[in-house]
Amino acid sequence: MTTTSTVAVDTHHDAHQTNTGISNNKLAMWLFLGTECLLFGGLISTYLLYKTRGNGDVLPTDIFDIPFTSVSSFVLLMSSLTMVLALSALNRGEVERSRAWLLTTAMLGGVFVGGQVYEFTTFVREGMGFTTNPASSAFYTLTGFHGVHVSLGILMLMSLVVASVQGKLKAENAETVEIIGLYWHFVDIVWIFIFTVIYLIPAE
Amino acid sequence: MAIIEQPLAIETSEAQLAERPLGSLTRPQGGNGWRDWLSSVDHKRIGIMYGVAAMFFFLVGGAEALLIRTQLAFPEQGFLSAQIYNEIYTMHGLTMVFLFVMPLAAAFANYLIPLQIGARDVAFPRLNALSFWVWLSGAVFINSSWLLGGGGADCGWFCYSPNSGVTFSPTHGVDFYAVGLLIIGTASIVSSLNLIVTVLNMRAPGMSLFRMPVLTWMLLVTQFLLAFALPVIVVALFLLLFDRVFDSQFFDPDAGADPLLWQHLFWIFGHPEVYIIILPSFGIISEIIPTFSRKPIFGYSFMVFSGIAIGFMGWGVWAHHMFVSGIGPISVAAFSLSTMFIAVPTGVKILNWLATMWGGKIKFTTAMLFSVGTVAMFTIGGLSGVTHALAPADTQQTDTYYIVAHFHYVIFGGGVLGLMGGAYFWWPKIFGHMLNERRGKIHFWLMIIGMNLTFGPMHVLGLQGMSRRIDTYSAGFGFDLWNLVATIGAYTIGLGVCYFLYNAWVSKREAKHLPAPGPDPWDARSLEWMVPSPTPEHNFDVIPTVESQDEWWYRKYGYDDNHKVVRIATVEEAAQKGDADDVHLPSPSFWPLVIAVGMPLIGYGVIFNLWLCVIGGILVAGSIYAWVLEPVDDPDAGHGHDDHHDDDGGDDPAMVGAGATDEGEGS
Repeated sequence: MTTTSTVAVDTHHDAHQTNTGISNNKLAMWLFLGTECLLFGGLISTYLLYKTRGNGDVLPTDIFDIPFTSVSSFVLLMSSLTMVLALSALNRGEVERSRAWLLTTAMLGGVFVGGQVYEFTTFVREGMGFTTNPASSAFYTLTGFHGVHVSLGILMLMSLVVASVQGKLKAENAETVEIIGLYWHFVDIVWIFIFTVIYLIPAE
Repeated sequence: MAIIEQPLAIETSEAQLAERPLGSLTRPQGGNGWRDWLSSVDHKRIGIMYGVAAMFFFLVGGAEALLIRTQLAFPEQGFLSAQIYNEIYTMHGLTMVFLFVMPLAAAFANYLIPLQIGARDVAFPRLNALSFWVWLSGAVFINSSWLLGGGGADCGWFCYSPNSGVTFSPTHGVDFYAVGLLIIGTASIVSSLNLIVTVLNMRAPGMSLFRMPVLTWMLLVTQFLLAFALPVIVVALFLLLFDRVFDSQFFDPDAGADPLLWQHLFWIFGHPEVYIIILPSFGIISEIIPTFSRKPIFGYSFMVFSGIAIGFMGWGVWAHHMFVSGIGPISVAAFSLSTMFIAVPTGVKILNWLATMWGGKIKFTTAMLFSVGTVAMFTIGGLSGVTHALAPADTQQTDTYYIVAHFHYVIFGGGVLGLMGGAYFWWPKIFGHMLNERRGKIHFWLMIIGMNLTFGPMHVLGLQGMSRRIDTYSAGFGFDLWNLVATIGAYTIGLGVCYFLYNAWVSKREAKHLPAPGPDPWDARSLEWMVPSPTPEHNFDVIPTVESQDEWWYRKYGYDDNHKVVRIATVEEAAQKGDADDVHLPSPSFWPLVIAVGMPLIGYGVIFNLWLCVIGGILVAGSIYAWVLEPVDDPDAGHGHDDHHDDDGGDDPAMVGAGATDEGEGS
């Protein structure tokens, strides 16, 4: 952020002339992700407070399937790689390759969400419903909110794919892809936290 | 000090409406009809709409306050039943906080931030309209619970669990509370992101952060607090809603849940919220006091940094609301200390306002009276606040009227009086005519006498042990006299508010026979006074280049060889004419309004019938896509941060304000 007396105009590529040199859209996205940190912070804290409060019923930590969730976590992390590849391709003007990577990203995200649906149904079958105990309520709310975020990301990625098919997504729109990429990476990073703190660290 | 006559080189694109692409409704093409207001993305019109709506809800919340005071005027009255009383005081708190003070501050923020930083609009004009309409829909939604929800929420504005659960609050009131605040919270988060980006990115050339007026600074801190405090209450509200609607187990102690979770989440939001309420008022009086003391603000950087310090420290004091919740001696000691600490930057501000007035040629206009009143009343409230920081004393005071006295001195005395002063100060800029000063002063005295009569005796009542939130009291405890005094005071405030509306009405009628106030009726200091009153739609003919703090003042005044202040230009010479006709402004849009119609439908759906959610969801999702598809070459400037497929960032007309080079600008 600049506090100099002249407008700090970043001269690299097009006409995004702002005081900070960051475009309005991108700055808004960074700020939005900041607010999301507080949202997930509240949800993660809630889960950590409640994770052992089973009221005699089954706890999330009793039935986690770590190998399965490791695989779906890996899939989600790989989608960040494909997201970067999509942006990189569009920056080079390779519209079709970019579209393919966007589609791949969305599909990897879809695999993750599918895995989550499978996980949830398995857990319910094993006796841990949403209303079973405070721990289960907190678990489903936290991972559910994350799943909704991934799903909205998929929706945005698919909208980009449609725009790309219609020929509206060109190299000069790379920043749009970059901004959606920021969101996508953020959702992945949140999952790294959730997977580590919720799944991997055992309840004593 | 030249006036800039040459037009700003901005490409204009009229007449591109030939074919209408997907996603665009017929949009009004400039004018003053109701359709223009409904689809407006002009930050000034949105600010005015915020202000009008806030005043409406002020009357609603004020009526609720009068019902409370009428019930408590005498012991053992049956004017309101206990249940209705619970609902009334809950809705009074909600209305005053979320539907009056916050939107009135938003009105000032919307109207003034772009003007004070030298921009033509906010960063995302359509999102700005969205914030207003969604806020309004949430406000109507919460109040619709009187008709649809079997009564208002009855759990207090903080809505502690387990009182908020279905067991103890079986009507839909709390559901409306949760969903309504979620809708309002969404609006406020969007608005805060928008205004932060505006301040950080769209300042005029030379308007560095430390040349910004204190008001803009305080509003910026407020927006950061909003952006980071609201997500926490969003979490809490979702948990509450899931408990009530889907039978989850977050707040049911029988199931092993911890009701303190709600208290922590609520107050992590709730304490920054206190500063969200007070900081805009601090900013407003920091503009008014220097203007009418004929001196620059004393200690500008201390003013700014103490505001920032309050913004940071406001996150570390929340548990002082919970000293009697059993949070343990270490927590109590830590939060007790941090609470005393936060009095320091606040004290710095009070000192600086006094030092600004010290030795100044003070002119007691109505705005100045309100500002001085704000400082005085806030100091009283701040002092009783420090007594809460002493945990042993607080243990005695908790849940008594002493607390009610404290926060009304802070919020009404510190917040509302300052906002009222701001109304008198900027009224000519916004509406092009002055509010009558003589009636204004009567208004001021009614308000300040009324508030001291109302809230002063509550200190005594609280220390005598009268508890909050009870619907009546028995005679013979020594409560009778002071309750009656407080009720008389409340009606005095009510009279004052009505008198303000009367003043606004009559002043408008009288304005036809009075000379126009001109761009700068107060001989003020910041950039909004260099444009005509009322502000032209495009704000600035040419974006000014800023060379100092109090830029506008230094365009009017300089120093002679003996360092005496001398006039170097008249207002007419220095001000802009407002006659530029080639400024490219963002086009109106109806989609923000349509989204705002969809959101309460989702809310009603969650409470009553999930099918309504589907209808509302389709409406919202469809509108978001339509919004994005609204033609790019049409000069629409807004960008959804939640719908990032728009790709027209480069030709954002409002951004021209920040980036255009004004080489022709004189010194």
